[in-house]
Amino acid sequence: MSERLEKGLTALRGQMDSKVESFFSSCVNCGICAESCLFYTETKDPRYTPIYKTEPLRKLWKQEYSFWGKFSSKLGFTKTFKESDLADWEELVYDGCSMCGRCSMVCPMGIDIADIIARVKQGLSAAGYTPQDLVGAANRTLEFGSPMGNILPALKAHIKHIEADTGLTVPFDIEGADYMVTISANEVVTFPEYIGAITRIFAHANVSWTISSEAFEATNSGLQMGNNTIATELVGRIVAAAEKLKVKNVVSPECGHAYAAIRWNGPNYLGKKYTFGVVHILELLDELYRSGRIKTSGMETSRMTFHDPCQIVRRGGVAAQPRELLASVASDVTEMSDHGRMNWCCGGGGGVSANERAEELRIQVFNRKKSQLDEIKVETMVTACSNCRTVLEDGLDANDMDMEVLGLTELIADHLVENEALVGS
Amino acid sequence: MIANFIDGPLWYFSLFVFFAGVMLRLGSIIFSKHKVDLSVARGPEAPGAFRTIFSRFLPDKGMYPHIKLQVIAGYIFHLGLFAVIFFAAPHIKFFDEHFLGFSWTALPHWGFIFAAQLAFLGLILLWLQRVINPVSRLISKTGDHISSILTFIVLLTGCLALLESFSSLRLLHRFSVELFLIYFPFSSLMHAFTFIPSRAFTGAWFGRRGIKS
Repeated sequence: MSERLEKGLTALRGQMDSKVESFFSSCVNCGICAESCLFYTETKDPRYTPIYKTEPLRKLWKQEYSFWGKFSSKLGFTKTFKESDLADWEELVYDGCSMCGRCSMVCPMGIDIADIIARVKQGLSAAGYTPQDLVGAANRTLEFGSPMGNILPALKAHIKHIEADTGLTVPFDIEGADYMVTISANEVVTFPEYIGAITRIFAHANVSWTISSEAFEATNSGLQMGNNTIATELVGRIVAAAEKLKVKNVVSPECGHAYAAIRWNGPNYLGKKYTFGVVHILELLDELYRSGRIKTSGMETSRMTFHDPCQIVRRGGVAAQPRELLASVASDVTEMSDHGRMNWCCGGGGGVSANERAEELRIQVFNRKKSQLDEIKVETMVTACSNCRTVLEDGLDANDMDMEVLGLTELIADHLVENEALVGS
Repeated sequence: MIANFIDGPLWYFSLFVFFAGVMLRLGSIIFSKHKVDLSVARGPEAPGAFRTIFSRFLPDKGMYPHIKLQVIAGYIFHLGLFAVIFFAAPHIKFFDEHFLGFSWTALPHWGFIFAAQLAFLGLILLWLQRVINPVSRLISKTGDHISSILTFIVLLTGCLALLESFSSLRLLHRFSVELFLIYFPFSSLMHAFTFIPSRAFTGAWFGRRGIKS
């Protein structure tokens, strides 16, 4: 057995617990999960059936943890676990799964298939079967602080413009602030208007906030590639910064997987409870809106819909807030046929969009979103995840669809009652 | 001689394997490592777990048109099987005399035949789906086919035994049930029990995140 296979198997063995035992004991191989997965529905390739993506872990469980597996092993009938049992799943798991978790909502046995696929990633990653793009992103984050390299200068340059345009100050490293804001690299590089938006909103609502110059990047390549060591290191940086600044809360950016990493997985990575709270930016905005601290004026009149980012809505539980916020600034909102917790993924989650090898497949599976959009004929799609936004824009371009994609936070900022006064100043 | 063996030692052996096997499998779920989630819960786990145990009996509305066959055949099979096992007159008499000491109203003969036909129809449809549909064909294991065939044989011999014309038919049914009981704990037939913790784990996970599952 090669060293990399041994590492992979060791990592997979570490994933065995009562959940895995109950999930694999319950699966009757009905295949219903296939119909919930856009990688299957848009390709009709049965290998993309979600439960099939869990095969490496399932095979090991069967061999080493089930009666027949142990029995066969004693008699020498067990097929040896080969390197191909991991290698052949790399493409299925990293290119053909966005970790959207739709399969977990439909399994009649209640199997959280997305959770099992995340565990399979741990084995593949340990054995070195991870797309090079994800490995590169993780290495850049470890070395320079962000998957796109050192983006602090870019962030500071954007902030200089924001401060010049608005007359506001973006607070860095303020001790004792109520909220420490984190940002995703994509928001700095592709959608810097997000940073301007939160600056204006927080000034408007008189929020005590800060950005840590030591740890503002919230994306987590370790989570995407399935490497808990890296994921822990990256979350640990934010936690250390929050503790150093003694902030009351950390604000997750719109980015879906960043929210999952810091809000839900972080304490488990680190093995300790936080000394501060974690809120998604939409949760905070909704709270400010409900308490009357955000006042908006005017309504968007174009026909709009909301794309639910999977990790924020289906796997994150932030479903009502974006709708309430959108309804406060848009008068003509139409829901897609499957929305909320059953929405279809953009196709680029779970690291798929960062994996250039998967681009063709990602564009192909965007047909599912296209079908949803074709049904409701909207002019504007609003979302709350910079990764979704990039992937949606790519998909629309590839299909020659003339539709605007907006970020919800920016939309709210554009409708602040003092907006005109601020821009004027 | 064979009749005595089937009605005697083999019956008790199969019962032992079934009950001990099921307990062991459930025990391995209950006593396996279970990590404590340290994130701050948005909602309680228990109601989520409880809700999901029941909610997954019904398919998602949007999904239903795509999985009609599995859902309808699944319901036909399971309801038919349930009725046959617990409401066939010979079974009630058997439970009364050997286990419970009380009885309940049995299905009329035509009701039994109807329930058995439903179970057969559902089972055959599910198995055809398993071998014809490319997805099910790819993911199905040998054990799934063995489970289907064993269940079919138990149903078939049960219908034959109902004729009660030949003692050998009753013996054949009992023998097939014994094989079924012995195979049960080591196969995916265990889903009859493990669906509860499986759904509960997932429901609890979603519950603590404030999501209906």
